[in-house]
Amino acid sequence: MRQVFLDHQSSTPVLPEVFDAMRPYFTEYFGNASSLHQHGLRVRDALKRARQQMASLIGAESEEEIYFTSDGTESSNLAIKGAAYANERKGKHLVISATEHPSVMNSLDFLEKQGWTCTRVGVTPQGMIRLDELEAAITPQTVLVAVHHVNHDIGTIQPMREVGQICTTKNVPLYVDCEASAGWLPIDVKEWGAAMVSFSPHRFYGPKGVGVLYRNRKARIVSMIHGGVQEGGRRAGTENIPAIVGGGVAAEIAQERLTQRVAHVAPLQKRLWEGLKLNVPYIQLNGSEPGPDRIATNLNLSTEFIEGEGQLLLCDMNGIAVASGSSCVSKSLKVSHVLGAIGLDHALAQGNIIMTLGEVNTEADIDYVVETFAKIASKLRGMSPMWDEFEHGVIDSVIAPTGRGKSFSQHAAEVSGKPAH
Amino acid sequence: MSETYTLYNSTVMEHFMNPRNMGDLKDADGVGEVGAAACGDIMKISIKIKDGRIEDARFKTFGCGSAIASSSMATELIKGRTIDEAMSFSNQEVVDALGGLPPVKIHCSVLAEEALKAALEDYVKRNPSAAAKVAMTDSVAA
Repeated sequence: MRQVFLDHQSSTPVLPEVFDAMRPYFTEYFGNASSLHQHGLRVRDALKRARQQMASLIGAESEEEIYFTSDGTESSNLAIKGAAYANERKGKHLVISATEHPSVMNSLDFLEKQGWTCTRVGVTPQGMIRLDELEAAITPQTVLVAVHHVNHDIGTIQPMREVGQICTTKNVPLYVDCEASAGWLPIDVKEWGAAMVSFSPHRFYGPKGVGVLYRNRKARIVSMIHGGVQEGGRRAGTENIPAIVGGGVAAEIAQERLTQRVAHVAPLQKRLWEGLKLNVPYIQLNGSEPGPDRIATNLNLSTEFIEGEGQLLLCDMNGIAVASGSSCVSKSLKVSHVLGAIGLDHALAQGNIIMTLGEVNTEADIDYVVETFAKIASKLRGMSPMWDEFEHGVIDSVIAPTGRGKSFSQHAAEVSGKPAH
Repeated sequence: MSETYTLYNSTVMEHFMNPRNMGDLKDADGVGEVGAAACGDIMKISIKIKDGRIEDARFKTFGCGSAIASSSMATELIKGRTIDEAMSFSNQEVVDALGGLPPVKIHCSVLAEEALKAALEDYVKRNPSAAAKVAMTDSVAA
C-alpha cells in the first residue's frame, strides 16, 4: 500500500546529513559543555556553531541571543512566564491572540491563577489577528504581547510587520511563536522588532529534544528551570548536544533550501485542495485560500456530515497519516480552540482534518489521497444519520445551504438535550 | 511498515472497518436517535420487533471509530433479546464484547445504550399494548 505522510506539522524525519552530523556527539564527543577540559571545550565549540546557524535562520544579530531548551513548549513557557515574572513590578497584564498554541494558551491560564490578567485578542474568520483589537488591548500594565507567526492548525500567516509596529509604538515586548513557520517561511526578528522568537528543528528535518528561544538583549526574562548556569543562566540543565548540533545543521539546510522546499509543496497544496474540492461534495477549507496568507504546507478541511476521527482512522488504514481538530480525537472532548476562535460551526469542527505537506510528498501521492479521501467520505456518509437526514431535507448543509431543514447543530442539540460545546 | 499500530484493539477496529447491521430498517417498529452533548456524536438505532423479541436492528452513527464500533456491537448483542431483556441492556456489555475501550471513549458505549433504549421507548409508545405486557412481566418479576 502507498504510504503518504501528511502530518508534517507534527514532526518531520531527520535528514541523513543531520543524523551524520549528530552521530559523533553521542559517542566520540560526549563531553559536557560545562567542563573545562578539552572534552567540554570541544562541544562548547559545537554549541556556538549551532547558535550561529539558528541566529542566521531568523536574522538575529548575534548567536548570543540564542538559548537552547528541550522543545517548543519549553521555549514558549520560558518566554511567557519568564517575561511575566521578570516584569512583575512594571505590570501584570499580557496580551495574546486567541489562536495561539496550547503551550502559550495554558501558560496564560497558569499565570491568571497566579494573579496576572490576560487579554485574548480575537481573529477574523480566516484566523487573522484583529489589529485594532490588539492595539486597544495593550495597556500601560502590559508586559508582553504574544502572537504566533503561523497558526499550527489552519496555517494562517499573521501580519507580523504590523503586529511588530504596534508593539514598538506601544513599547511592549513582542514574543513570536514560530513553531509552525521556521524553516518554511523567511523570518526576520529585526524587521518585526521581536523581543523573543521560538521554534523547534524537528519541524524542519532536525531532531526532537531541542527547542530554540531567541531573546533580544533588551528583553527581560527570568529562568524557569533552576540549577547551573548553562544558557547564560536562563535555562539550567546539561545541554542536549547531539540534538543541538543536528538542529543547527537542519537550520542551515532549511535556510539554503527554503525557496526550493516551498516551490515543491506549494503546487502540491493547490493540487490537493483543488482535487478534494472537485471530488468530495460538501467540503470546505478553513483559513485562507492557498496563497500569501497561508503557509504552503497546510490544509485544514471540514467535510460535512461525518466526524474527523473516523476520517483519520480510515486514512491511516489506507496508509495516509493526517491529524484532526475534532473533539473525538482530543482527550478533553473539545474541538480545537482555533476552530472555535474562527467561529466555525461545531458540526464542521467535528468533521475536521488537517493535512500538512513535506519534501517527501509527490503528485502521485496527492492524487492517491484525493481518490482515497473521496471514498472514505462516501463510506462514512453511508453510515451517517446526518447525511441521510440532509438528503431527506431534515437538516441543512452549513457549507452550501439549500434553505431546507434545520441546522445540524440545532438538530444535535435536540437529540442530545443540550448544545455541544 | 512491518507492523501495524492501531488506535483501538483489533475487535474495535474490525467493527469500525466492517460494521455489522449498518443502515436503516424501512419498516422499523422503533427508532431512537440520541446525541452526546459532551462531544457532538449522534447515533440512531432502528429495531424490528417480532413476538416480543428484537428480530432485527440497524444503526447509523455520526461519530468516531469507537462510536461506530459501539453501535455495531450493540446491534449485534441485542438481536434476539426480548423487550424486557433489552430494557436492562447496559453499555458495559458493549465495552466487554469489544474487549475494552479507552477511558475517554466509554461514553460512546453509553450512547449506544441510550440509542437502543430510545428505540425501545419509541416502540412502546407506538404499541401501548406491548407496553402493558412489559409492565405486567415487570410486576410478575417483582
